[in-house]
Amino acid sequence: MRYLQSIGEYFLMLKGVFGRMTKRSVLKELIFKEIDGIIIGSLGIVAFLSFFIGGVVALQTALNLNNPLIPKSLIAFAARQSIILEFSPTFISIIMAGKVGSFITSSIGSMRVTEQIDALEVMGINSLNYLVFPKIIAMLTYPFVIAISMFLGVLGAYTAAVMGGFVPAQVFLQGLQEEFEPFHLFYAFFKTFLFAFILATIPSYHGYYMKGGSLEVGKASTTSFVWTSVVIIVTNYIVTQLLLS
Amino acid sequence: MIEVKGLHKSFGDEHILRGIDFVFETGKTNLVIGQSGSGKSVLMKCMLGLFTPDKGTIEYDGKPYSTFTDEQKRDLRQEMGMLFQGGALFDSMTVEENVMFPLRMFTKKKKSELKTRVDEVLERVNLVDSGKKYPAEISGGMQKRVAIARAIVNRPKYLFCDEPNSGLDPHTATVIDNLIHELTVEYDITTVVITHDMNSLLEIGENIAFLKDGVLAWKGDKSKIFKTDDETVTDFVYSSDLFKKVREAQQQGL
Repeated sequence: MRYLQSIGEYFLMLKGVFGRMTKRSVLKELIFKEIDGIIIGSLGIVAFLSFFIGGVVALQTALNLNNPLIPKSLIAFAARQSIILEFSPTFISIIMAGKVGSFITSSIGSMRVTEQIDALEVMGINSLNYLVFPKIIAMLTYPFVIAISMFLGVLGAYTAAVMGGFVPAQVFLQGLQEEFEPFHLFYAFFKTFLFAFILATIPSYHGYYMKGGSLEVGKASTTSFVWTSVVIIVTNYIVTQLLLS
Repeated sequence: MIEVKGLHKSFGDEHILRGIDFVFETGKTNLVIGQSGSGKSVLMKCMLGLFTPDKGTIEYDGKPYSTFTDEQKRDLRQEMGMLFQGGALFDSMTVEENVMFPLRMFTKKKKSELKTRVDEVLERVNLVDSGKKYPAEISGGMQKRVAIARAIVNRPKYLFCDEPNSGLDPHTATVIDNLIHELTVEYDITTVVITHDMNSLLEIGENIAFLKDGVLAWKGDKSKIFKTDDETVTDFVYSSDLFKKVREAQQQGL
């Protein structure tokens, strides 16, 4: 029953977010601030993880390819498919749920605890629109992060496979282009947009409706991470079932 | 002027306000006092429009809030200033940006004009040199003064203060009390202060409402509250040792 109530509250929150709009000039400034904090601030960790995970995927494939009948170009093919289809859009989003999601929940939660949200409401400002809408708009640029992650993941795979002496560069590049389906990119970016929306709104919900003091802010951040991850995984399954099967 | 008539408010089975009638006068500091759980904060939240009363009316300069359209309610909110217990300053903004915030949200003036008004208000609360600092870099008393500056920057008609002295030393508390009183007279505002602080009562209690269990148990001003024989009021007012001793000394003619 409590979960149903939370789902209802979440959708009512979304209605509030797209309700009375904040002054445009203020909103513009807030959006750029959020892009800087959420998107630009995450590029470093995303780049680091993508490069090394890409490398590990290539290494694992290479080390497990014992059958001489299987072409070495499969290393590049496997790396490309796993990075584009799952690693970059889904697993980076789960990592972002930990980094960005916790940040969103704790920053909005702290504002709730210190009555800053009440202050906005008393001034006659739609606090949901002021706090959450800029985050949703900022997250529209999230697919660029994923594109960078895909590129660096493949670069990491190339570096590990070619520099590690597992496969010649030409064979790797040939494998990278084998049976490439442009639709897979559409699928990856389509679900990235959905994850971006989830990443902006679920942590905001947990921060906005939290009750209690600073200890509860920490608890809300943890709950937010768990639920954001669960919803991303379930959405990933549904989208994959609908678009790829 | 804010007039509250027959105000009732319940949360579930809990009847918090049980028919409050009171007039909050313009140009005066109107104090709402009472023990924790007496309904002070609920009364203020009803006046701020954050809670809808179950019964009764709240009139702002003779106009009942229940008859306001959504747009009129929004306009009314912009005529209100609020000083929260903890200040509720925005951590991510400097003092100057905090004070400028209501102006940026609701006026179309140029930044230079906004800056002039902000400087004027910061000067009024004696914080000229702190404009570039963040709330975390200034003291609790200064944070309260910034919050007052933010509350009055839009020249509100109504100022609400929720325990403005909590967490402050007696000297700073007096400074804040006097500042609230001076601004009330200067801007001719209807000021509503919720407080537990007996010093505030002595300093600025021009019109006092004493609530007990959601009922208006006593009303008057600071000259009357220390002379009343009403036990419910005296139990509250003389609950501290200091005030008890002052009373005993008065009774002994010392």
